[in-house]
Amino acid sequence: MSSSPVSEFRERGIRILPIDPLLLLAVLGLTAASLYVVGTATQDDIPGDPNYYLVRQAGYAGVGLVLMLIISRFDYSRWREWKTGIYGLMIVSILLVSAIGFSARGSKRAIEFGFINFQASELGKLLLILSLSAFVVDRMRRLGDRDTTSRIILLTLFPAMLVITQPDLGSGLVYIAIALAVLFVAGTKWTHFAGLGALAVAAVLLVLVVAPAAGVEVLKPYQVDRLTAFLNPTNNPAKEGYQINQSLTAIGSGGKTGRGNEATQTRLDFLPEHHTDFIFSVVGEELGFVGAAIVLSLFALLIWRALRILTMAKNLYGALIAGGITAMVMFQVFVNVGMTIGIMPITGVPLPLVSYGGSSVLVTFMALGVLQSIYARARETAYAKGL
Amino acid sequence: MYLDNDRRPTLTPQLAARVAIIGGVALVAFAVIFFRLWYLQVLSGDRYLAEANDNRVREIKVQAPRGDIVDRNGRALVDNRPSMAVVLTPDKLPKSTAEREVLYRHLGKLLSLRPRAIRKEVEPQLKALPYSTATVKQDVPDQIAYYLLEHQDEYRGADVERVFLRHYPFGQIGAHLFGTVGEMTAEQEKDPRYHDVALGDRVGQTGVELQYDRFLRGRNGASRVQVDALGNLNRPLRRREPKQGRQLRLSVDLDVQKAGQEALAGGTGRGAFAVMDVHNGEVLGLGSEPSFDPSIFSKGISKSKFAQLQDIDNGAPLANRAIQGGYPTGSTFKLITASAALESGLITPDTVLNDPGSYTVGGVTFNNAGGVAHGALALRQALTVSSDVFFYQLGDQLNSNGDGLALQHWARRFGIGRDTGIDLPGELPGLLPTPKWRNALYDKHDTDRPWGPGDNVNLSVGQGDLRADPMQMAVAYAAIANGGHVVRPRLGQRIEDSSGRALQQLEAPAARRLGMKPEYRQAILDGLRGAASEPGGTSTAVFDGFPIQVAGKTGTAEHLGRPDQSWYVALAPYPNPKYVVAVTDEAGGFGADTAAPMARRILAALFNVKEARLVQGGGPSD
Repeated sequence: MSSSPVSEFRERGIRILPIDPLLLLAVLGLTAASLYVVGTATQDDIPGDPNYYLVRQAGYAGVGLVLMLIISRFDYSRWREWKTGIYGLMIVSILLVSAIGFSARGSKRAIEFGFINFQASELGKLLLILSLSAFVVDRMRRLGDRDTTSRIILLTLFPAMLVITQPDLGSGLVYIAIALAVLFVAGTKWTHFAGLGALAVAAVLLVLVVAPAAGVEVLKPYQVDRLTAFLNPTNNPAKEGYQINQSLTAIGSGGKTGRGNEATQTRLDFLPEHHTDFIFSVVGEELGFVGAAIVLSLFALLIWRALRILTMAKNLYGALIAGGITAMVMFQVFVNVGMTIGIMPITGVPLPLVSYGGSSVLVTFMALGVLQSIYARARETAYAKGL
Repeated sequence: MYLDNDRRPTLTPQLAARVAIIGGVALVAFAVIFFRLWYLQVLSGDRYLAEANDNRVREIKVQAPRGDIVDRNGRALVDNRPSMAVVLTPDKLPKSTAEREVLYRHLGKLLSLRPRAIRKEVEPQLKALPYSTATVKQDVPDQIAYYLLEHQDEYRGADVERVFLRHYPFGQIGAHLFGTVGEMTAEQEKDPRYHDVALGDRVGQTGVELQYDRFLRGRNGASRVQVDALGNLNRPLRRREPKQGRQLRLSVDLDVQKAGQEALAGGTGRGAFAVMDVHNGEVLGLGSEPSFDPSIFSKGISKSKFAQLQDIDNGAPLANRAIQGGYPTGSTFKLITASAALESGLITPDTVLNDPGSYTVGGVTFNNAGGVAHGALALRQALTVSSDVFFYQLGDQLNSNGDGLALQHWARRFGIGRDTGIDLPGELPGLLPTPKWRNALYDKHDTDRPWGPGDNVNLSVGQGDLRADPMQMAVAYAAIANGGHVVRPRLGQRIEDSSGRALQQLEAPAARRLGMKPEYRQAILDGLRGAASEPGGTSTAVFDGFPIQVAGKTGTAEHLGRPDQSWYVALAPYPNPKYVVAVTDEAGGFGADTAAPMARRILAALFNVKEARLVQGGGPSD
């Protein structure tokens, strides 16, 4: 292959690889929104250090941007060769966190590394995309086999179950969404999806209805309460319904243009988790419909570019990765935003790039770096072909 | 090195379709979110904004002190004193029962209360009003309050509230007049007149505190504060100052009131008195003994203490005998018998009747007190010496004359058997015995005999079934002295601001006309004057050396198996009386023995007479 124009290009050391400017714009816009909202929402959270969260989030974003650029220069196809190692790393890190991680509000999710609390389940999202896509590419000729679909699903369910038992239900669901997206983009038959759908319905019934009736606790009661509270938040305004009600009040009170410094729902702590899971409620309260619409538009731009890159990818592996990353971002945006506006259950999923949190921010930047890498290789190939 | 199946040079239609589906899903999801946001923020924004403000703004009630009550000279009879109350704040109260029990135990130790007692006190309050504080204990000493404030960690949920408690500078003096304050009752809660009173607020429950509550009651202030999610005060927003209630000026004269109660307390300790301006009905003193300390009500009174105050064995201190005590009035009733006889034409002021010492009617012989025979006498003389036989004859004749109801008719005109209409709640009408009343009882087998002439004979000298109180007697006597007006006694004089400037005069309602000839009234008044001044007058000895000319009538009411009840009603100064004083001591014996000296003491206070010594009783004459 040394005669191909691509390797020639590479060998000559000309490394001015292109980058998708619109995707970059969306990322920078969301980062700016995140810094503004995290900064204002947490002014009074740490007494004596009003910028505690802002400084850290800015640090994560800075490191994330650098990581993104580095990864985007790296040929993503290499990841395919290391698929087994990547998958293994994911499983080991998740187990490690479960074994020695510290508890945050009753769930063991992170290991502290000085500046950052490393959340294996976050990094796992990207590792799963890279490894799962590789496995699917390997079995591309037998994609129609039920066996292929089952294997991919089992490879996903294993880490998903591990993080759900941490317990981190949200990340587990993200894994499943990623797997479905990768299979979907690869071209798995509709009948397989129908079968999976039936299984999922059966599993939900088993977990929420049958098992509790039989006295087996699969989900912790608080998880069940959180999942079902959005259906009727006024039922229990003091507990699970409280978060949803406060979030609705925050967003609603923002009105058309927001309350700015008068955003009392956030500033007076009525809105729980206002810098992490409920950051979108802060956007809604402080910046109003206009601000929320701008943030959502940036996400729409990001998703559009991700799908565009999917179609441009020079090979199937790139397309599958792009599909996985698109699914990861889309699922988290819709579940998180849906939760804050009361149309989705509370699952503890962060809003990508906007929610405060080192692991989530860094992993999202890394994923976007991979996406940029796919874009760069696609443009490079097209250029080499003289297109 | 790349596997063949990784080649995908062009976009297949299948992939294009699937990407389109993903894009479509995203589009639909974004659309749903946008519509939902539009609904929440643009369409319902105002509602949620109001909700957000509800969240952060708490209104803390600032209790308004009640208005003071002052006497006719502006001396404070009832005012307020600030005090500390230990309360529980629901926002900060631990949610779990176990933690609350710990708090109750700690508080119990600090306040020397049993934890169980605290729970019983507090939980119903919290249930009734989930967002306002529940009082654990009123009137806590300052040191304890400060200790609690400085050790908030140990007493999380407990707080100290500054409240105003009613303060009575003169203790038991006037307790029955002022009445008590207490938390709004369930009935008051439903009463529209209490619509602006907050639950748990103290309002007047008896006495003028109840009668004039709408003036005395202040308007609570409110302090609006911004709180955070934990209920911690974030910053004050606005404060509406509480407005103290209006000051109420009573017609009562503190010196007269004191003299009356002290005089009564010096007797057998059970009795009542009423002092009134005969012309306008202004009450200068009205008291009942035994009395009580009204301040125990302002802190909230225990059930057992309340029962004790109502127990007749303790003298039922809560009863206001001056307007609720139903007593036979003895000879003080003769004023009414005389009026009825004169107006019925049975006698003139100069008609002479014989008093042989006893009178027999229906086979029953009625004797003069002490068995004395007064011989031939006319009305003035009969009143002066208080001849029973003279009035027995009138009572007997009134029973058979015309419809036989002239005595009852005139007694009613004088206000016997009906409310005087005083501005004090709880007044009882007493009982004016009539043939109809007794015969109805007899038909129901509640009594052993129907009405007979003996009943009227008894009534003519204020014995038997008659029940009246000192206030009624004062009103009746005033009518003789003021030109024939049955006045309505008044305690409330005017409503003032806190500096004593009049805001509203409390108008006395028009008096009823008695409709009695002036010369008859004069004859009776002269007879009463004789009784207090002429030789042989029943109370002449009592008023010996008294600088004010007094007209008055003694009364000795008999009770079966109990000591006699002593009465005295005085009008002064003769011949143009301005005041009437009615006194009774439930077990004081002869009227001249105890009640008349009490009346003298009250009159001395009324006319500022300095008495060298207390006057003793005037001997067994009635």
